[in-house]
Amino acid sequence: MTEPAAEAVVDPGIDEKIKKLTPERIESTINKVLTKGAAARLKVYLQTCVHCGLCADACHFYLSNDKDPKFSPVGKVKQTLWEIIRKKGKVDGGFIKDCSRIAHTECNVCRRCSMYCPFGIDIAYLLLLVRRMCALLGVVPQYLQDTVNSHAVTMNQMWVKQDEWIDSLQWQEEDAQDEVKNARIPLDKEGAEIMYSVIGPEPKFLAQLLGNIAMIMAVAGMDWTMPSFDGWDNSNMPMYSGDFETMARVERKHHEAALKLKVKRIVMGECGHAFRGAVYDGPKWLAWKEPPVPIIHAVQFYYELIKSGRIKIAKKFKEPVTVQEPCNIVRGRGLGDMLRYIMRATCEDFRDVYPRYEHNYCCGAGGGVINCGPQWKKSRVKGNRVKAEQLKATGAKFVVTPCHNCHSGIEDIVEHYNLGMHTKFFSEILIDVMEIPEDLKVE
Amino acid sequence: MTEFENWDWETKEKLISEISEWRRKFPVIHEYVVSNDGEKISAPVKTQEDAFTVCVNGEIWENTFEKLWSLRFGPDDRLTCLCMNDDEWTVATDGETWEETFEYVWNIQFTPDGKIIAVNVKGKNGYRISLNGKTWENGYVEARDFALSPDGKNTAAGVQTKGLGEGDIFGFAEGVWTVAVNGVPWKRNFLNVWGIAISSDSSKIAAEVRVGEYEYTIAINGDIWNETFKCVWEPIFYPKGEDVLVPVQTDDGWTLAKNGQIIWERKFVQAWHQKFSPDGQRIAAIVAPKIGKWTIAVDGSTWNKTFGDAVLLPVFSPDSKKVAAVVKENNRWTVAVDGIPWAEDFDMIWDPVFSPDCNRVAAKAEKDGKYFIVVDGKVGKHGFEALWSPIFSPDGNKLLIKAVEDGKYYRRVIPVEKI
Ligand code: SF4
Ligand code: SF4
Repeated sequence: MTEPAAEAVVDPGIDEKIKKLTPERIESTINKVLTKGAAARLKVYLQTCVHCGLCADACHFYLSNDKDPKFSPVGKVKQTLWEIIRKKGKVDGGFIKDCSRIAHTECNVCRRCSMYCPFGIDIAYLLLLVRRMCALLGVVPQYLQDTVNSHAVTMNQMWVKQDEWIDSLQWQEEDAQDEVKNARIPLDKEGAEIMYSVIGPEPKFLAQLLGNIAMIMAVAGMDWTMPSFDGWDNSNMPMYSGDFETMARVERKHHEAALKLKVKRIVMGECGHAFRGAVYDGPKWLAWKEPPVPIIHAVQFYYELIKSGRIKIAKKFKEPVTVQEPCNIVRGRGLGDMLRYIMRATCEDFRDVYPRYEHNYCCGAGGGVINCGPQWKKSRVKGNRVKAEQLKATGAKFVVTPCHNCHSGIEDIVEHYNLGMHTKFFSEILIDVMEIPEDLKVE
Repeated sequence: MTEFENWDWETKEKLISEISEWRRKFPVIHEYVVSNDGEKISAPVKTQEDAFTVCVNGEIWENTFEKLWSLRFGPDDRLTCLCMNDDEWTVATDGETWEETFEYVWNIQFTPDGKIIAVNVKGKNGYRISLNGKTWENGYVEARDFALSPDGKNTAAGVQTKGLGEGDIFGFAEGVWTVAVNGVPWKRNFLNVWGIAISSDSSKIAAEVRVGEYEYTIAINGDIWNETFKCVWEPIFYPKGEDVLVPVQTDDGWTLAKNGQIIWERKFVQAWHQKFSPDGQRIAAIVAPKIGKWTIAVDGSTWNKTFGDAVLLPVFSPDSKKVAAVVKENNRWTVAVDGIPWAEDFDMIWDPVFSPDCNRVAAKAEKDGKYFIVVDGKVGKHGFEALWSPIFSPDGNKLLIKAVEDGKYYRRVIPVEKI
């Protein structure tokens, strides 16, 4: 058995669940995943890895934990999957507990490491496979599992009830009208050009972001809608717990909401993992090669609005500001230039980071890690000292985080490492600096 | 004669309302809706600060509301919406509100005759369903969506029977969800319930249920099938009787199962939205034989042609012999009939409709910001500002066109060949 790399954390989702496991169940579950789910790709990766350790320096957990090899990408695979394969699935509950800790809480599946591996081995995929094994055994950190339960019941991440969702939109529409005349959140408008979708925390904790988009859409004169029914949430934590059946159910709702509303495209709010779920992992499980209705991320949308002049900038944001690049849209989709374009277009003093673009570090919160809950906050924040150093070096006072996980993760880092910075979503900058046309100004 | 046969199929053109006039009268107009028979056009309109009402053919309802949404014509062409005054929500139909008010109401559903209007409600007694203002006695921690039987006698919703504390994954694992029928819960709880269906005689209720974290099956009136699956999608009842048809996922892929037994040999990467033909003899479903290859399977055999992006719900002809569906390839939309797509493609297309004699298929489509009627792939001459799906006359020779042109809403009846 491996030594716990971090301080022992009590998590009933893991500790209580492993008590119910039998050796037979562990063995049969693992072998089913190894033979049915993953066989070909896994075999290639395992045969290819030469244990060179070049991937180590890619991982913020490794770098931030004083280069402890247990936190290196290959180290994480070695402690989990290699052992599982070597022992042909004959491992015990204690071992599964370590697997869940490592795969669910000490890897953001950010894929930075595969860029550093000479063979491009997708280590994140291997650790997701470990998550899948744990999930099938019912071993998932408590808060992550609770989020998955919320998705399964409500099709959203935050146990938002159907009436609460519509009610939040309606009061945010009113608030938006105080700033921009006739700003609306049109519900269930069949045939609109755009369906705008968000993640559960927006109606739950950050409802002003819904008001922001109502203002932005009104100023840009867009034809848009939001569904009043389930399918409005584009986020997907079951994708990260390893519960792919629930992942698929949630994604199907989201895409079918767009098909039902007859929109031309989906614009997603500022969230990175949701983009991955909606554009890649979800559709693939459901047999869509591409999303049936094209999807763009908020960064692409704001780029479009600013570049085309649909939104004009009245005055730029003055304070020094830097940016966090969400892995799933920058490393995963190459939106780094668009992100810089909108930052420069709206901010007077944009301070870039190093390393950047696809080489940027993960926020440490993504991949479901922050959703593992408060128990794991300490190891998560400790595991991303390099991000704190990177942000500090910019001298910025604000960090724009066009992703909810990045937003919360960076806030924790800012607080823990006393960076004296504030996080903002891009839409918060945009509504401050955009020009409101005369006819839309509230007297 | 049915209502539909009684509609005016003779008058070639009626200018129902100059909606450009409305724009002069009201500072805010929300989305327009039109009646099934095309004789009325309506929208929520703002009359003054914090006062909304409904405008129908230029006339407004007497009462006003602080909020008003979800306006729609029911099957009997009465006009219904959800409305709020003084923080109390209710349902209004043709200007008459229910006496009962609630903290919130949503999700309007009608019986096929339109006589019963049902909604989800939230009030002091928790979450319930209300039919024409008569509300379930039992309230729940939560009730999501619901199904309404065609005779209006039964409503069934997924309900949460017990509250859970934050992060209570163990309480959740015991099962706190079930189906309540007319407010009365089934005896057994599940991890989840979804996709509720009611049999045509209203006696049986089926739902997808999750009995273990990775074990899915169907429950009928609370009793589950003996078989469990890796995953299931929404059940439907056979048109007559109590048999249930469900897409199920096996180790070899997705297929259809009847009462737990696989009925289609062939397995797919995906299968959903199964549907019976009007005569009840044939079954069509959307299937994907491979990733990124979508088609329709009828009785287990697929169309020869597949489509890369998507295929939407199968539509049977009235004689049950043909199937049409919206299809999408390379981000262009069209309609395919028995697997043969129309030559023309569109920016968007709506569900196809068959003529009563089954020889023609029509649809509303969008191209370059204008809306067109398309019949058998032939695009109509007129591009409209707004258009609703066309309806064939009882003899199949004419089409009812409901359209906005130059700010005016017209109801037109035209020979099919003259589109
Ligand atoms: S956190 Fe990122 S860099 Fe580290 S192992 Fe996981 S995927 Fe690789
Ligand atoms: S860099 Fe690639 S080959 Fe080297 S140890 Fe890491 S995964 Fe293996």
